[in-house]
Amino acid sequence: MAHDHDEHIEHKLAIFRGRLKFKSNVQKIWGVLIFLSIVTIIEVLLGIVKPPILVDNYFVGMKLLNWVFIVLTIVKAYYIAWDFMHLRDEKSSLRRAVVWTAVFLISYLIFILLQEGTYIEDVKTNGFIKWDF
Amino acid sequence: MEATVTGTEDKVWGGGNKPLRASYGKMMMWFFILSDALTFSGFLAAYGFSRFKFIDSWPIADEVYNHFPGTHGDNPMYFVALMTFILIASSVTMVLAVDAGHHNNRKKTTFYMFLTIIGGAIFLGSQAWEWTNFIKGSYGALETKGGQILQFVNTETTPDDEKMYRVSVEDFATASFKERTQHQSKQGLWYVSESALPTYSVQDVITGFNADPTLAVRTQEIIPDVAALKASDNPADVAKGERFEKMYVNSDHKGHKGILTREESEKALKDAVTYVKGANLIHNEYGNRLFGDFFFFITGFHGFHVFSGVVINVIIFFNILLGTYERRKNNYEMVEKVGLYWHFVDLVWVFVFTFFYLV
Repeated sequence: MAHDHDEHIEHKLAIFRGRLKFKSNVQKIWGVLIFLSIVTIIEVLLGIVKPPILVDNYFVGMKLLNWVFIVLTIVKAYYIAWDFMHLRDEKSSLRRAVVWTAVFLISYLIFILLQEGTYIEDVKTNGFIKWDF
Repeated sequence: MEATVTGTEDKVWGGGNKPLRASYGKMMMWFFILSDALTFSGFLAAYGFSRFKFIDSWPIADEVYNHFPGTHGDNPMYFVALMTFILIASSVTMVLAVDAGHHNNRKKTTFYMFLTIIGGAIFLGSQAWEWTNFIKGSYGALETKGGQILQFVNTETTPDDEKMYRVSVEDFATASFKERTQHQSKQGLWYVSESALPTYSVQDVITGFNADPTLAVRTQEIIPDVAALKASDNPADVAKGERFEKMYVNSDHKGHKGILTREESEKALKDAVTYVKGANLIHNEYGNRLFGDFFFFITGFHGFHVFSGVVINVIIFFNILLGTYERRKNNYEMVEKVGLYWHFVDLVWVFVFTFFYLV
């Protein structure tokens, strides 16, 4: 039974690549909450204000604003998974087995479905097919 | 008792070991989460597919989800932002419970689990409220043969405010007397039933529309950059730009839903077949039918996860009270495993929030 105690979980207490260090795990949890709240507030503000620069400019077929939202969402997901779900403290092999699998499969899924959706939209708009009867 | 010697005792994969420094249960929870994440990705990618397919007519989220409890008028985003905070906060109390569990602190674990359950319950209540608003609807619209949604706006604007505001169908249509009533099993064939009839007939709406010259029809089509289209070298683009300019009174409002001229409005109303208010799986007043379906399906599936999470949290809560985990060899690891699931639910919500409400 002794082995249960000697492998007591050690928390890595630094976030932002070591730029922000916390004294305890509990302190880190509150720190991450504050960070996630700030990101959510930024998202909501951007969603209400909709800055014209971000709305009128496109990157790979999508408004810059939408890219900002998606990047911020992934940032939030990262901190939830790494700090709330303790992925930061897991062995890198477990972390990779979970994260890489999801990242590769989801990237492919998104690519193929959005590509196909765009194609159908194109046929519908420019092809000789009547959609609204 | 002497164990059977297999020659693999000291090897990493020899059994009774934790090769990834995670117990069997925890690792399996991670792989369950992985597969569930792929399920949700499938749903969200399908949503993206349909949205890209109807990119020039998809409903604008801010106009659909614009309610906040205790207020009237247009309040987009605030309520979902609040729901996001509630779920993130309950995620925090869950990590705190896990942390207290690691220190074998029963009192603190109990307290934080309790807060987590409360957070989950508030979130579920909020989602019910959100669904209620979505199902009830606010303005009502007409649906055409082709499944297009025709909404109504008041074209009268003031110099200070150029926005043409939506008008509720109830405000101008007058319900006429109808012979036809809803068939119920008690009146005729007991094995035949039908769903409730629309409050207004199409004719009621058209009569009301004709009586009020300030009204116009708002379509699902989103106004493109008409000036750029007309300056294009491609004759098809020029023709498209001219069509928008001719049909819509707000053809200079890029990114807004097109508002038809009075003449075009009257023409469009001829195709209407039914009055819709609110949303169900077949019709919705917000626009594309798929929009409602995806909303119900994805937020419903997520809500079901939250509900399961709350139930599991309650079970764990009582187990903590009973001291079950103090007697276990791995102590409070169950709290950690359930915590992983709970955070995953939060993680999914972060994505649902982005793709349904922000993007």
